Amino acid sequence: MSPRAACRLETLGFERVFDYVEGKADWIARGLPTEGERAGERRAGHLARRDVATCRLSERVDDVRPHVEASPYGFALVVADGGVLLGRLGRVALEGDPDRCAEEVMEPGPSTVRMDTALDALAERLDRRDLKTAVVSTPDGALVGVVRRKELPPGEQGRRSTASRGNAL
Amino acid sequence: MAPPARVDDVRRLLADGAQLVEVLPEAEYAELHLKGARNIPLKRLGAETAADLDPGRPVVVYCHDAL
Repeated sequence: MSPRAACRLETLGFERVFDYVEGKADWIARGLPTEGERAGERRAGHLARRDVATCRLSERVDDVRPHVEASPYGFALVVADGGVLLGRLGRVALEGDPDRCAEEVMEPGPSTVRMDTALDALAERLDRRDLKTAVVSTPDGALVGVVRRKELPPGEQGRRSTASRGNAL
Repeated sequence: MAPPARVDDVRRLLADGAQLVEVLPEAEYAELHLKGARNIPLKRLGAETAADLDPGRPVVVYCHDAL
């Protein structure tokens, strides 16, 4: 749609027209300023905690483990220079050979959600997959943080509980 | 053909005084739009609706995403 709009403006005589191809989805996902009826809604990016343990590809499991133990999570995230998320070190990897490096034992390409993910959609996603955490990343793949299911606002949890009870009956 | 702009380009253009135009329908604009954007839906884009834009300044247009 925007390429056609840009072209139309050029035909109307505008000489310096630029097409932000990635558009609104990209802007919101980066947590940049918005306006409108839903601009104040809290989203995944607002709840993302930065206290997850991270490591580089070359770090030894034995060196990563203390950081994980000091964090509220049972895993570490493997990031590249620039913060791009590459993998995840879960319990099995962390309790395995302490001399292996993260690159050798990580689960590559962990699933992520964008910063603009609505909280009700996030809660539904976590429930559906029976997950306790969601990893939040930018559109460029950089790690933002982690959202814990138990830290979702009561409204989302309440709706889930109500829905579960309804299904059980 | 208008050059594509990535988010850093957009921010730089806006800082330099560019005009930001969302071309999605009004309802989508009302719900959520980039701060400072005005709305000219594609279906209504023409000489009359574009008359408020300053031809001497850059214009950045956007919709929802690349799809």
